[in-house]
Amino acid sequence: MTTKLFGEPVRRREDGRLITGRGRYLDDIGHDALAVAFVRSPHAHARVTDIDVDAALDVEGLVAVYTYEDLLGPMAEPLPVLIPHPQLTAPRTGYPLVRDVVHHMGEAVVMVVATDRYVAEDACDRITVSYEQLPVVVGVDAAREARHAVHEDVPDNVAARHHQETGDVEAALAASAHTLAFTQYIERSACMPMEGKGVHAAWDPADSSLRVYTSTQASTSVRAAIAAKLQLSLEKVEVVAPDVGGGFGVKIVHPWPEELLVPMAAIALQRPVKWTEDRREHFISSAHERQQRQEIRVGYDDDGRLTALDVRIWHDNGAYTPYGIIVPIVTATQLVGPYVVPTYRVRVDSVYTNTVIVTPYRGAGRPQGCYAMERTMDRIAQERGLDRAEVRARNLIQPDQFPYDHHLTFQDGRPVIYDSGDYPGLLDKLTALVGWSGVEERRAEATARGKLLGIGMAMYVEGTGPGPYEGGHVQVLGSGKVLVSTGLTSQGQGHETAFAQIVAHELGVPIEDVEVTTGDTRRFGYAVGTFASRAAVMSGNAIALAARGVKEKALRIAGEALEVDPSDLEIDEGLVQVKGTPGISIPLRTVAVLSNPLRYAFDEAAKQATQFAGPGDDSKPPVAAGDAPGLEHVDYYSPVRSTFASGAHAAVVEIDTLTWEIDVVQYAVVHDCGTIVNPMIVEGQVHGGVAQGVGGALYERMAYDADGQLQNASFMDFLMPYASEVPDIDIDHQQTPSPLNPLGLKGAGEAGVIPGTAAIASAIEDATGRRIAAMPISPTELYDLVRDDAAGRVAPRRTGAMA
Amino acid sequence: MKPAPFGYADPRTLAEALEVLGREGEGAKVLAGGQSLLPLLSMRLAAPTTLVDINRVAGLDSIESGPDGVRVGALVRHARLLDDAAAAGVQPLLARATASVAHPAIRNRGTTVGSIAHADPSGEMTAVLALTGGSVTVATPAGRSAVGWQDFFVGPLETSVHGPAVVVDAFFPALAQRSGTAFAELSRRRGDYAVCGAGAVVTLDADRRVSAARTAYISVGLVPQVHDLTEAVAGRPVDTVDWAAAGALARTLVDPDTDLHASADYRRLLVGVLTERTLAAAALEATGRTP
Ligand SMILES: Cc1cc2nc3c(=O)[nH]c(=O)nc-3n(C[C@H](O)[C@H](O)[C@H](O)COP(=O)(O)OP(=O)(O)OC[C@H]3O[C@@H](n4cnc5c(N)ncnc54)[C@H](O)[C@@H]3O)c2cc1C
Repeated sequence: MTTKLFGEPVRRREDGRLITGRGRYLDDIGHDALAVAFVRSPHAHARVTDIDVDAALDVEGLVAVYTYEDLLGPMAEPLPVLIPHPQLTAPRTGYPLVRDVVHHMGEAVVMVVATDRYVAEDACDRITVSYEQLPVVVGVDAAREARHAVHEDVPDNVAARHHQETGDVEAALAASAHTLAFTQYIERSACMPMEGKGVHAAWDPADSSLRVYTSTQASTSVRAAIAAKLQLSLEKVEVVAPDVGGGFGVKIVHPWPEELLVPMAAIALQRPVKWTEDRREHFISSAHERQQRQEIRVGYDDDGRLTALDVRIWHDNGAYTPYGIIVPIVTATQLVGPYVVPTYRVRVDSVYTNTVIVTPYRGAGRPQGCYAMERTMDRIAQERGLDRAEVRARNLIQPDQFPYDHHLTFQDGRPVIYDSGDYPGLLDKLTALVGWSGVEERRAEATARGKLLGIGMAMYVEGTGPGPYEGGHVQVLGSGKVLVSTGLTSQGQGHETAFAQIVAHELGVPIEDVEVTTGDTRRFGYAVGTFASRAAVMSGNAIALAARGVKEKALRIAGEALEVDPSDLEIDEGLVQVKGTPGISIPLRTVAVLSNPLRYAFDEAAKQATQFAGPGDDSKPPVAAGDAPGLEHVDYYSPVRSTFASGAHAAVVEIDTLTWEIDVVQYAVVHDCGTIVNPMIVEGQVHGGVAQGVGGALYERMAYDADGQLQNASFMDFLMPYASEVPDIDIDHQQTPSPLNPLGLKGAGEAGVIPGTAAIASAIEDATGRRIAAMPISPTELYDLVRDDAAGRVAPRRTGAMA
Repeated sequence: MKPAPFGYADPRTLAEALEVLGREGEGAKVLAGGQSLLPLLSMRLAAPTTLVDINRVAGLDSIESGPDGVRVGALVRHARLLDDAAAAGVQPLLARATASVAHPAIRNRGTTVGSIAHADPSGEMTAVLALTGGSVTVATPAGRSAVGWQDFFVGPLETSVHGPAVVVDAFFPALAQRSGTAFAELSRRRGDYAVCGAGAVVTLDADRRVSAARTAYISVGLVPQVHDLTEAVAGRPVDTVDWAAAGALARTLVDPDTDLHASADYRRLLVGVLTERTLAAAALEATGRTP
């Protein structure tokens, strides 16, 4: 039954290859290529006064040295602002190589090309760049104070003021029975894919064409950027994403300077050139996310129901804004989560600091929004003496309220209208799964062991699968092989498997016959990219539509060959047959041969097909008007707006009262991503997300000092959780299909990470009775907090209170 | 992250190794398991002119356990020491502490003597050498000499050994009679260098009263140090000892630093907690070894 695979936990077909070392990652390509290394700024804010490369010139094996002076035409202009926005009033981007002023430590100043990476680094060591240091701004608070400016011409450090409101929030707050106000912080972390970025470029002088491999989440757009910046015609540029060892957002940014500089050098030198990012470079010259200061004012009634919410956020966007204000907008609009917020106002100042740029990292602003809203729910529960689950239940959007319009504008410029969901259902499942009502017994048992036990929860709604479009191509070959391609890229999510399941299901072919290609502009030229939990929704549906197109054509051709009405035919196991009449059939691969009137009998398939080939009508052309040879179809899926996935997480922590170590002893997830193509893949996505959520809550941070030096730019000091730090995860699914797309899908890629910080903060607060207002938190910080008599205390409210 | 150019020699004998080290001078460095040295090279934090790889030098890979103690050769990997039952029988701290050194992959390459020669005060085995009152044997072109741990550790990543020299073994004296040991540490993630760690040795007299209590810490202070906490607990019958008093004393004796992962205050807290825990566990073991 290999065709009835939709919704089944089919094993990931890519895993065998990837885990036995047969993957082909960027650095596996082109061992003979020239190697690139960069001289990067050691300072966070400085003016370059001199670059002296003389000493490098005697390094044997040096091929070329480039500085800003060597950049021509569009390459000498600032990098593009990918996603402009009217509220982004002071966008700033860097240059591929620093022109005069460095705005964060790690910016590339000089590019060296040499025979190998060792030699390139030797040459870098001998290049002397002189700097005049400028005052440094680190952290949202310093940016807000604006005693110094990151960009001379942006004296208040404000890149954008994003503002949305659904009513008169001041009046609504004034009219509220109760209000409270608080401030909280969340720190920086980063994507940290196992494989960093990397680019390989080869110029074919005879053909005047360029082939670029890059470890990207958006190969079609990198192609367009290269063509534009290097002034090449689009058809002369091919961009291929080979196996990509993780992205998590950082590789959706494009073009990275290296994606332009490496091809530029390859063309200039007429030799293949490669750059493979090392881990230190990834820390100091790619992207981070998450730092915000959040000031929240909320109004609510006696029952803890929201009446008004006013949120003021300072969002640290780092030194530049190449990705626009997507992250702040996502925070602003996703903050409301699964709740009815009668009057909402949000204002986000996106501010410059002398630090690495901030662009989407899995969750892309949602973890911060969730943290703001869910901690607000906890506070209301504490103030009203209510169970935290009960307060949430009272505020949830009800199942009969869909489609639910929040009257906000999402990152894609479309309205935030929730398509479907069952939030009370999520909450019920979660409290059952985690044992919410039994927590007091566990608390007592833990206390007897010298541990403080606490439980916390957080709910979220995630806009997934934004447009504008994705496409799919499905083609059946005479061999029976079914080729599928889509333009968006894969970074290990399991697309090869999930897309093959969709095609096997739609077309009625064995999954073994289906071959999937992603992210190769030679195969599919139009695509947007893999981000915003959109691959299954966008490409999944596009591929399904393409498969349906192939099926329709196959049935038409088979109908002619078998002399039956196409509507009486079905395809099963790769055989086109008359429904309910076994025996009258034609293999799909034979239909593929018949679809092309040019049929040289090169192989058995073509010979077999001749028995079905009709004599042909001499009065008609062999290919009818409007028809095309071949059994293939291209289709696109373009949604009116995003679909909205949802979920709820709960964490149970135990805290050692002597050492203040924090142990997540239980973690429960209820997850709704609409119709599920492959539950095993969805659970894998949840697991990875939760691991990153735990990392963000308890371990990871970017330790910048006041001079803008990143002090923990290695895996020794930037602590990502090991498997030993990630709790076992209990998962329950709920499926509310999306009415917006043919397959009913919603995205699942980012969800797992979103509520981690909020749920774990809540659990620690519950365990310790101390206000947790800054995340992440480590044992040494928790120790400081419990010792500080001035620190906020939380009234000992326990679960079960239903006042 | 590629090392600067360096020369490489892989001598087969100790004499040859010393000869190359002598010839190459200051810029030469011994390469053992490479688990500390190679990351420094890759980040260009160190740029030796020549690496003298001792992995093929004969006669450096034995563990000799006798009544006096355990002698661990320069090429013995952490993993082997961890699994050596005879060594653990003579000095139980060896297996106890190596279990906390990094992860299996690193223990399979990294050498115990290399970690002592590296003199990282966050390394478990530096504290164990101190706590057991151990020494190292240093070979130079002039011959071999034993150097006690106090004379060996000079500062973080710094030892008293200069010029052409190879540490050929480390000697850990046997656990005394009526004594027990314990080792415990806290790290942010399993297998990481400790935020704070403690080793303890407790000795009882024939009446099962505490006659000595000593501890050493890791990631606390610039060089390994042994703290004698006997005064806080001396003479008490082992089952009524207030180990908290020893913990409190220890906290006054240490001078930890603040770094990215822990404040000095927090480390001091942990010193107290771990002192109590390890002394109590060591005393329990000592009780079992006291007829
Ligand atoms: C990810 C990671 C985690 C780690 N975690 C821990 C941990 O938790 N605890 C811990 O203790 N260690 C840890 N280590 C370090 C590890 O234990 C090393 O093995 C050890 O510190 C050095 O031993 P080596 O044989 O690898 O020495 P090398 O790296 O080869 O050498 C280290 C230094 O010692 C010198 N040296 C080595 N052997 C001799 C000798 N015989 N004579 C003279 N000089 C010599 C070298 O010249 C060099 O300067 C970790 C390492 C890594 C990579």
